[in-house]
Amino acid sequence: MEKDVPRAHHDLGGVSKFMCEPVDVEPHALTDFDKEVDGLRAVLGSKRVMTVDELRRGIEAIPEAEYHRLSYYRRWIRSITDNLLVKGVITEAELRAALDRV
Amino acid sequence: MMAGSNILETDGEKLLAAVRDLLAAKGLVSSAEIAERIAITDAANPGQGARMVAKAWTDPAYRSLMLEDGTKAAEELGIPMRGAPPLGVLENTDDVHHLVVCTLCSCYPRAVLGYPPFWFKSAAYRARGVRDPRGLIAEWGTVLPDGVTIRVVDSTADYRWMVLPQRPAGTEGWSEDRLAAIVREGDMIGVTVPALPAR
Amino acid sequence: MAGFAPGALVRVKDDWPETRGPVHIRTPHYLRGMRGKVVRRFGDYPNPEDLAFARPAAQRALYHVAFDQPSVWQEGKAGDQLLVEIYEHWLEPA
Repeated sequence: MEKDVPRAHHDLGGVSKFMCEPVDVEPHALTDFDKEVDGLRAVLGSKRVMTVDELRRGIEAIPEAEYHRLSYYRRWIRSITDNLLVKGVITEAELRAALDRV
Repeated sequence: MMAGSNILETDGEKLLAAVRDLLAAKGLVSSAEIAERIAITDAANPGQGARMVAKAWTDPAYRSLMLEDGTKAAEELGIPMRGAPPLGVLENTDDVHHLVVCTLCSCYPRAVLGYPPFWFKSAAYRARGVRDPRGLIAEWGTVLPDGVTIRVVDSTADYRWMVLPQRPAGTEGWSEDRLAAIVREGDMIGVTVPALPAR
Repeated sequence: MAGFAPGALVRVKDDWPETRGPVHIRTPHYLRGMRGKVVRRFGDYPNPEDLAFARPAAQRALYHVAFDQPSVWQEGKAGDQLLVEIYEHWLEPA
């Protein structure tokens, strides 16, 4: 039984709509993209630019539908980018310019 | 507290490329540093945990150490733990079977076991673990004997958890290497229990 | 704060900071208002609720608390348990 509470959408323990969902137990290899996002986060952490707590907060801020639609590491890069902008490490103008170049 | 949500909706591969370029240009994070970090993370793998388990099965003093201070036990086997969150080890017994989940995200003992498996990070696993653990482990064909209770450990904070499974019967006299070879990733999360290889 | 000893009966606060603004909470929704028993005190760690917003973070005692799993969900097998790390400021004596 699940109470009607103001649960944050990432707070998934026991959530009814997932209780009948099968688990894909197959191994899925990480892509280069996945590993690079993971590595980037780790380096930002070890340099004290961004903590894992900030990463989580940024992921939790992703709107619900997007949160479930995005793959795991796409949530990460969205949160990393959000944090870097919010913390002023990069500016939105710089990011737009960099996106135009890639 | 979201900055410019439109820009955050940009495709992840493009965001990664742009962010990497910017951070490199600013001298904050280089490609070499990212590559080095990937190599370190790649080195961690379930085999490291398996070695710990095998040693615990054969060496009572090491078992005690592993349960008392998992980080120290890992380091004793040469597993690099500097900067890693504290490692907690959960001992399975005849009466209690442990299952590890992170309902809030995907906290996992990465320094020992490496990247978490795809399914560990899924909404289905995160939702079902705390509410229907027996139904969940049945996805792996795991059925516990009558009388065994399940203790589901939700990793919400600073510790990272791994399971010390029970040593299966029929392994008497085996070397540590031979024992380690039958300990799988899922055994150390609690979705499976170690089994002898099929003949 | 004296803290809780192993064996202490505690209750997780039935509080919902999520309703008051942007937060980062590590106490799962399904435990709010639930009764449990302290198994272990781990030591002090900086409060992630503040770390997540790059605010100065006070040290908080972290506990391992055991809950009767069927009581939380009104379903499940008798004897099954949940064991969850909870920070001290989310616990009150039961």
